[in-house]
This record gives sequence, C-alpha cells and structure tokens, in this order.
Amino acid sequence: MTAAFTVSRATRASRIGGAVAAVLVLWLSTFPWWADPGWMREFEEMSCYLIFALMWNLLAGYGGMVSIGQQAFVGLGGYALLVLGNHLHVNPFLAVPLAMVATLALAVPVSFIAFRLQGGYFAIGTWVIAEVFRISIANISTVGGGSGTSLTALRGISRSTREAATFWLCLAGATAAVAAVYGFLRSREGLALLALRDSETAAESQGVDVTRTKRAVYLIAAAGAGLAGALYFLGNLRISPDAAFTVNWSAFAIFIVVVGGVGTLEGTLVGVALFYLLNKLFSDYGTWYLVGLGLLAVVVTLKFPAGLWGFVSRRFDLHFFPVHRRLIPPERDRACAT
Amino acid sequence: MLSFLDTLVQGVLLGGLYALFALGQSLLFGVMRLTNTAHGDFIILSAFVAWSLAVVTGSPWLALIVLLPLAFAGGYLLQRLVLNGTIGKDPMRSLVVTFGLAIVIQNVLQQIYTADPRSIDSGGLNTATFQLAEGFSIGALPLLIFAAALALTVGLQLLFDRTDLGRAFRAVSDDREAAELMGLDHRHVYALATGIAFLVVAFAGTLHGMKTTVSATDGPSLLLYAFEAVIIGGMGSFYGTLVGGMLLGVTQDIGFRIDPGWGIWTGHVVFLGALLLRPSGLFPRTR
Repeated sequence: MTAAFTVSRATRASRIGGAVAAVLVLWLSTFPWWADPGWMREFEEMSCYLIFALMWNLLAGYGGMVSIGQQAFVGLGGYALLVLGNHLHVNPFLAVPLAMVATLALAVPVSFIAFRLQGGYFAIGTWVIAEVFRISIANISTVGGGSGTSLTALRGISRSTREAATFWLCLAGATAAVAAVYGFLRSREGLALLALRDSETAAESQGVDVTRTKRAVYLIAAAGAGLAGALYFLGNLRISPDAAFTVNWSAFAIFIVVVGGVGTLEGTLVGVALFYLLNKLFSDYGTWYLVGLGLLAVVVTLKFPAGLWGFVSRRFDLHFFPVHRRLIPPERDRACAT
Repeated sequence: MLSFLDTLVQGVLLGGLYALFALGQSLLFGVMRLTNTAHGDFIILSAFVAWSLAVVTGSPWLALIVLLPLAFAGGYLLQRLVLNGTIGKDPMRSLVVTFGLAIVIQNVLQQIYTADPRSIDSGGLNTATFQLAEGFSIGALPLLIFAAALALTVGLQLLFDRTDLGRAFRAVSDDREAAELMGLDHRHVYALATGIAFLVVAFAGTLHGMKTTVSATDGPSLLLYAFEAVIIGGMGSFYGTLVGGMLLGVTQDIGFRIDPGWGIWTGHVVFLGALLLRPSGLFPRTR
C-alpha cells in the first residue's frame, strides 16, 4: 500500500493566528463605544498606512514593480472622495468605496504609460506621473487649487456618528485589504505572480501571461492606494495637493515594507507596528527622526534584506499567513522519522 | 517672432542646466544600469557644500576647485562601500538604498542649513547679460552653464568612446563576467564611473547654486528633470542626454510663457508623450 502525501498550506500558527486576528478585529470594532477619540484617530491613520504599505508590498515585493509613484492613487482617491461628496452630494461614507472604484478606473490608462518603463526607470516614471496629477489638481480652482479645501460634505453629520463611521470604515478597509492580498496570493493568479517574481522567462514558458498578471497587480495596488487616500482624507476632513500627492507616502511604505520584511504579509504588519512605535517615541525629533528612518531602511536593506519578520520567521519557522504549499509526508514516514 | 526666438533661446539655455543635471545619471545608467534616486539630492548637497566653501574661500570658482576632488572621492567611496552591494537583477535594493540616502541628505541639509533657500555669490555674474536686440538678451551665467554642459557632454562621450577607461566602462556594461576574465575589477570600474559622475554633479550643483537659490528639499524635482532628459534622449548616449535636456528646457519654457502654473507640468507631459511614442528615446545606443 502506498501512503499518500498530502499538500497543506495551513500551519498551526496560521490557525491560531486566524483566530487571534478575528478576535482582535471584533474587539477593535467596539472602540467607538468606549475608546478615546485620540486612539481611534491614531488607529485610522495607521490603517491607512497599513493598506497603502500592503499594496506597495504586493506591487514591489511580490510583483517586482518598485514604484515611487503610488501616491498618485492616494491623491486621486482623496480627490475622488471630495468630488463625490462636495460636488455630486453623495453620502461621504458611501463615497469611500466609490472613490476606490474611480481610482481603479483612472489607473487603467495610467498603467499603459507606466508599463513602458521597467526596473529603476519604472520607479521614477511613476513618480513623474504622480507629479503630473499633483500639478494638474493644484491648478483646478473648483477643487481648491494649490491650497486645498475642506470636506464640506460632512457638514450636518454629528461628531460622534462621523467618528464612529470613519473608524469602522478604516477597520473594515484594513481587514479587507489584508484579506484581499492574502486571498490574491493564494489564488491561481497569485501563484502566477510568485512564479513571475522568481523568473519571468520560466513563468512565461509555463503559460503565465506576464503583462496581464502584472497589470492586474498594478490595478489592485492602485485601487488599494485609492482606498487608503479616501479613508485618510475622510478622517483628516481637509485635503490639499501637496498632502495628497506627497512622496512621503511612498517613503513610509518603503520603510514599513523593507524594515518589516519585504515579500511577506506578516512583514508589513510588523513594519506598521514598528513605524507606529518609532513615530510615537521619536517624531518630536523632527529632521533627525527622518534621518534615522532613512538610515534604518538603508542598513536593513544592506545587512538584513529579509527584514525583521524574515529573521523571525526563518528562526522559528513561523507563518501566520502561509502562501506556500507544503508537502506533508504520510503518517508512517513521519513515525519512522521520529 | 522675437518673443518666439527668445522663448526658444532661453529654453535651450535652461536645457543646458538640465543636461548638466542629467549627464551624471546618464553615465551611471550606461555603465551599471543603476537608478540613483538620490541623484538630485547629491546635486543639492554639492550646491550647499560649494556655498560653504565659497564663503570660506571668497570665490565660487575656488570653491568648485576644492569641491571637485571631494566629489570624486565621495562618489568613488559611495559606490565602493555602499552601492556595489546593491547592484543586481532586482532593482529593489539599489532603489531603496538610494531613496533612503535621499531622505538622509534632505534632512541633514535642513538641520545644518535650515529650510531657508540660499544662493552662491557669483560676484555679479548671475545678473550680467548680453543685449542682442530690444527686449531680447542672454544671461552670461546661463550661457556659461550651457557651454559647460556642451563641453562635459563632448568630454564624456570622448572618454567613453576613445579611452581605455571608456573601454573598461563599455566592457563591464556589456558583459561583466567576460570583462572580469580580461582582468577588470568591476567594483573598481563602477566606483570610477560614480566618481566621474560626481564630478559632473559638483559642476551642476555649483553652477545651479550660482544661477538661482537652492533649498534642502529641491533634490527630487532635479532628479525628475535629469531622469526625463536621459529617457527622452535615449539611454546610453551623452549627446542624446544633451538634446533631451534642451527639449525639456524648451518645453518647460513654452509652458511657463503660456501659464506659469503649467510650465513644469508641460515638461512632464511631453516626457510622458515621448515615452508613449518613442519608448527607447531619440538616440538610443545599444550597449
């Protein structure tokens, strides 16, 4: 009798991790009834960074497309929210998912320009595209021009309703982003993407449509960045081109992803937590704090390319969000081995 | 007609400055396909160092003479000690490291020199002009910058095409392993290329600082102009980079004359248009 090998992706850590994550989300969702509004605001900001960094990791860490221009879609998401709410009088909370869809639609033509470039050229070319959007919007006076404008669509909504709704939207957005990236990576397309990252030629010879897969990733990342932008400026109540299209979005995402551990979901979560802590402890130091973030990113890239999570996960074989398939030998072999 | 000619000439002269920004980046693209996202910040850094040296020595030209060997040594060591470790098939490492350096440079400059913009005293050169006709004059400093860009372009192209060092550059660019078998040490060759690129950066920074004011956070926009000039011109050709810079300068100048708010935008959009129509640039060289 031949004992059958089984293929599994779940690990003990992933089962425990899933349960802990579910409890954590449930606990967080009770915040609006009892938590300090300051904490809620901090959580909202960090969930925007988390969504944006997850998408940057998907694009650069998994898709091999390093972009310094994803802030283009943050800004477009924010301004789509503004136009939908202020000008078209859509309910501002309903406008958040609609802004994400609008960003996705705008990203389709943009991808055709961006995909003319590869590697390092792609990184800076996308930055130029973001600048084009920033200057364009700064010159349109109906959306506030260079100095920006307020989200007047929120007028008439009571403060507690607004704060609770914004918080729940951010929590839902962050949870959905983690689930979406995890789901995508475990799907057929995700497998194609992982194959692509390792070798484009080999993947293509196995029937992977390289351009189609890359474009899908680019569009998902753009939609996610749009969602982050809409949520960020919903909480911020005010938007300006310089804040919406600042390259700092990319800088923070690069820091979070690289220091946390590029090409892993857990790494981005660890990176956001670390970014929050550093921000809380040292942001009063202003320029020196930013010098420190820059140096840390340089040193980690040179000396610890797997990042913080890469180190931990290798050391302890921990995988909370397993994407890879693992071969489990049949019972009898395992008994022999032990 | 005269105003059209004026726009064209001023645009070409501005393009000389952009070519000066771009030549160093063009060299790094050509030799090791390295995208240095801190390129603009290194130009600003040299402008500030030149400013300090000019205060000490009393002359921007003495400052430049002192700066040049420092820049070469800085570029050589940066490549040898840091950037060589990031070069490979995956662009992530070099992009992240240079982007991190960009943030470090911007914030250190802001800490030392504050956020105030400053300009290198050129002893009146920045206001001297040649009057060619009524309402049409050419600035002496822009003309000098253009001449410097032209000379450096020709110099770099000759260096690349005619000298032993240039042959070493082309060899490691074409096939690093084969070049190593011929006795070249690619780490040393790359470091020499970056050292030379930083000589151009020192020129660019000093002249830019004399022409206008610079502030600590100007680097990224300089990087984008340099990058656009390189791509429009075609990767690997210094003449292409010069033409690309001039095209960008003229486009921006036309945009500025139509509406000051859209000048830089016009440059960016023409770059993206050029990318769609001619992705390999005007004068691509396959190396």
